[in-house]
Order: sequence, then C-alpha cells, then structure tokens
Amino acid sequence: MSAETPTVSKSAEALPPPTERYSVVRWLHKNLFSTWYNTLLTIVMLILAALIARGVLEWALTQARWEVITANLRLFMVGQYPISALWRIWACVALLAFLIGVSWGIWGRMQRGGAAAFGALPFVLAMITSDEPSRLALVITGIAGVVGYALSWRWGAALQRVSIIGWILYFPILFVLVSGFGASDSVLPPVPTSLWGGLLLTLLLTVVGIVFSFPLGVLLALGRQSNLPVISWLCVIYIELIRGVPFISVLFMAQLMLPLFLPGVTIDRVVRAMAGVVIFSAAYLAENVRGGLQSIPRGQYEAARALGLNSWKMMLLIILPQALRAVIPILVGQFIALFKDTSLVVIVGLLDLMGIAKTVLAQPDFLGLQAEVYTFVAFVYGVFCYLMSAFSQRLEAKLHAGR
Amino acid sequence: MSANAQSTADPIIICRDVHKWYGNYHALRGINMEVRRGEVVVVFGPSGSGKSTFIRTINRLEEHQRGQIIVDGIELTHDVRNIERIRMETGMVFQQFNLFPHLTVLDNITLAPIWVRGWTKAQAEEIAMQLLKRVGIPEQARKYPGQLSGGQQQRVAIARALAMQPKIMLFDEPTSALDPEMIKEVLDVMVELAESGMTMIVVTHEMGFARAVADTMYFFDQGQIVESGTPDQIFGDPREARTKLFLSQVLSH
Repeated sequence: MSAETPTVSKSAEALPPPTERYSVVRWLHKNLFSTWYNTLLTIVMLILAALIARGVLEWALTQARWEVITANLRLFMVGQYPISALWRIWACVALLAFLIGVSWGIWGRMQRGGAAAFGALPFVLAMITSDEPSRLALVITGIAGVVGYALSWRWGAALQRVSIIGWILYFPILFVLVSGFGASDSVLPPVPTSLWGGLLLTLLLTVVGIVFSFPLGVLLALGRQSNLPVISWLCVIYIELIRGVPFISVLFMAQLMLPLFLPGVTIDRVVRAMAGVVIFSAAYLAENVRGGLQSIPRGQYEAARALGLNSWKMMLLIILPQALRAVIPILVGQFIALFKDTSLVVIVGLLDLMGIAKTVLAQPDFLGLQAEVYTFVAFVYGVFCYLMSAFSQRLEAKLHAGR
Repeated sequence: MSANAQSTADPIIICRDVHKWYGNYHALRGINMEVRRGEVVVVFGPSGSGKSTFIRTINRLEEHQRGQIIVDGIELTHDVRNIERIRMETGMVFQQFNLFPHLTVLDNITLAPIWVRGWTKAQAEEIAMQLLKRVGIPEQARKYPGQLSGGQQQRVAIARALAMQPKIMLFDEPTSALDPEMIKEVLDVMVELAESGMTMIVVTHEMGFARAVADTMYFFDQGQIVESGTPDQIFGDPREARTKLFLSQVLSH
C-alpha cells in the first residue's frame, strides 16, 4: 500500500450528520412531481379528490337530514335503557373518565396535547348538546377526568397501585350499575338486558369479550404446549373446532345449545351472546399467543429453570411477559376485529349499535335515510377503533423503552 | 487453592457411568467424575464431544438415561422437588448469557431470590447490589440487558447465578460468544470466584484460565473422558495422543 493512501483517517473527531435543507418547492418536487408520470398521477388524483370532497361536503352540509341522528341519539347510545336509570350510565362514564385521567397522569405524561384534547372533549360536547341533563352529566364527566389527571400529576407514583386496583374494580362496578339488583323499588332497580342496546351494548359485549377471552386464550395457548397429551389434545380440538366455524354459527350455538347443555338454568340472552363472543375470540387469541410463545428463545426457559423457578413461575414471570409483549399489535388488531364483529349479534335479535340503526331506519319519519344513519354508525365505530389502535401504539412504545 | 480443595475431601458431585442418547446418537458414553467441595474443574474438548451436554445433566437441563448423578447428597431422579432443590444449590452461566430482556439488571438478579428463596425485595436488592459491585458494574443496575456490552451482560449473568447463593457454579462456555476484548473482564470475575473457594465446573477453551485456577482438567472426546489430571500433567505430559493433538491445535494460536 502506498504512502498516499493512509488507512487511518486524519479527522477522528465526531462530526454532526449532514443537514438537508428542505424548502416547500423541493418537497413538492421530490414527492409529487419528480417524473412526468408522477406529475400526471398527482394532477389526476388532485382532481379526483376535489370532486369527491365537493360531493361529500355538499351532501353532508346541505342535503343530509341529520335530525335522524339527533332525534334518536339516546337510542343509538343506550337503546331502550330507561331514562330514570340513565344516571347510572353517566356514573360509569364519569368514573371511566376519572380512571383515564389518573392513568394518563401516571403513564402518559409525555402526551400532554392528547390529554388536553381528551379532557376538553366532554366540555365541547356539553356546549353542543341541547339536552340539559346530558349537559350537566358531560360537565361532571369532564371535571372527573380533569380532577383525576390533576391528582395523579401531583401524587403519580403513590397512585399507581390504587389506579390498577381501580381498573380491576371498574368492571364489576360497571356491571352492578348497568344491570342493577334487588327488588324493583331498591336503590338500583334491575334493568332487564332486553332494554340494553346501542353503543352501550356494543361496548359491553366488547369489554366482556376482551376481559374474559384474554385469560382463556392464554390458558389455551399454554395448554396446547403442555406435556400432558390429554390437555394439549383438548386445547387443540377446541381451538381448531372454533376456528373452523364462522362467528355467526358460534353465536347461534351459544343461543340455542347453551340452554340444552344446562337444562333448568335460564341464561340471559345477552349473557349467551357474550359467551359466544368469548368462546370465539379465545380460540383466535390462543393461536396469536402461541405465536408469541414460539418467538421466545430456548435459552430463556433454560435460564429460568436453572435458577430453580418452577413451571408456573417461569411462565408468569419470564415467558408470558415477553411473549405477550411480542404480540401486542396482533392482539390489539384482534380486539378491534372483535369490537366490529359484535355487530353480528343483530342476527340473534340483539339491538347493538348496528341493530339500533336498523330499527331507526324503520321509523316512518325517517324512511330512506340509510346514508345518514350508516355514516354516523361508521363514524362511531371508526372513532373507537382509532382510539384502540392509538392506545396500542403508545403501549408498545412504552414497553419497548430502553431496549 | 489446590491444597485447600484436597483437604476438604468429601465429594459434592458424584457421577457414575452417566449415559445420554439423542435419539440413536450416543452423546454421553459412561462418564465418571467426582468433584470435591471447593474444587475447580475445567472440562475441555472438541465441539460435539458431549462436554456441554454433560454439564447440563448436572442441573437436569438435560436428562441422563443411565447411571447416577448425586449433587450435594441428593440423587437426580424424575422427582421434581429434588430437581428444584438441586437447581437452587447450583448456579449456571450460559454461552449466550440468557438474561431476561424485559427486566432491568437489578430485577434479573433479584427475581429468583424473591420468588424461589422468598426473600424480601429490600433484602434481595441489597445482596444484588453487593454482587454487582463484586463483578464491577454497580452503575448498570437500572439498565436493561440490551443496553449492556456482551462482557457486562455475562458479568450480570454471573451475579444473577450467585444471588441464589449456590454451592456449585456451572459455566457452559462462558466466553465463547464474547468479543476478544471482553473475554478478560469475565475471566477475571471467574478467577476471583475460584479463589474465593467456590466449587466450579467450567466448560471452556480458555487454556490460560485453566492453567491458572483449575484443580483438575478433563478432556472429553466422543462422549467419553479421554484423560484427566492436574493442569501440570495435562499441559506438561499428556498421555493420550488425542489430548496432545487437541492441545496443539488450541494452543498453537
């Protein structure tokens, strides 16, 4: 090698990376008009987008009869849930806002913009609404959220355990409040499930589906890997059987077969639908969790066992935390699908958000307003799905911190 | 330490005629070994000779199919409680570190003492910090394994094994996955451990380490112990041709 080509670079000090200066024109040129066919594509797309936007806006602002939504808003939200008991739903919503506020202050301090938007939402809705009781309830909800956020901002670490307990307790509280108990003149008179409906029913089906199918799915996934042939075969049979049939048939089975299997016991129709959702979702969840389990290298099992951990502790402390973390995106995707699939309970005669939409369309005053009603329903589904996926991304970012 | 090891004479590990098959492949073909308390044993040999398989039968990560293994007076059988008792007394360090990536360094070390030994968190963390000082990286306690270098990870793995206060430490090629400049920092910790009187079985190709601290060396080939002896005998006057050949290949560079 000649002396002119030194193998050691002379400037060993760290240099900043080269900065690229971007102007609007350069950005446009690079991303939209780089070649003649890209230019053509851009222009065609712009024209198409403008035409569609104009059509949609014109319809939405001048032709659409949105009074079908405003007049039936309560129906869409809670179905035929009695007005006298509506405060219980609002109590659940306010408690939820409080818990979200507390949790946001503990785990989501970085997302202040999101917190502000979320916190302002009930107040904005309160200004829009024309219904006095709803306005009051929305304001209380907003205050509950803000108070929760402020509390956890002040005493964050100390509230961590409290908030986890709060979330765990929330689900039984929710069910006691929504369904009520005792005689019809008690503090919380029971509300028959036949009156539950709308978004309330959709969300309840989803929450129950997630909360119960998750542990069941994890157990099935572990069972499938069991060394005991009986257990692993039972799990395989269950998973493959359920995955082999459509969701609708599982729902029908739950409606028709459960009473046959349990004679003498009358099970509520909504509970039967919930059972159907759980049974179906657990089978898919088990397969997704199994994927996560298989991604854990053998060395993790060996290290755990070499330390003297027994099988249960090894699974709970070492393997499952890593396996579940690896499949968060898939699980959230599955939960979103579950949320949307609950609309199939229409088939067994329940009036969830989708079922209510059908009954509203049958009202003589609002015949032929499919576009307005389904647009609204799609919007509600869209908002909740977006929230779930945004939450999962935050969760992933949080759990991958430092690695 | 040699003399010290000789004087405390009762064996802590006894292996008699240990056999192991993988399907039809006969991986261990009658291993006999006795390890006394405080003895440092180095196991070496070509890859595929069964040395890793052998060390993993001692804490039952691999099951032996014939023969007897007795660790600290407990015979390894299918009895799960015996296996767990032996694992509590036996620390193991792996070639690939096998730290738990979802836990901090501190949590990696305190996990087993808390969940297996039933210590309080404070107690376990105090011991963990002492051990991290002993292996020279107390400042890394709050980091995750993925943020450490290979050498640091392996030192955490040693601390994690020591936290259970084992009577025996097993090392399965602890430096084979490390970059050359990190091998020494791990070997230094192991030398210090050997000098403190720990009973150790080390599978390694680090002949300098063997010469410095081993009491007995065993040369494995084709699932058998070909030759054993003190480092002086093995390096100075190996009897078997296979040992000579292998040593010449390992020591020539």
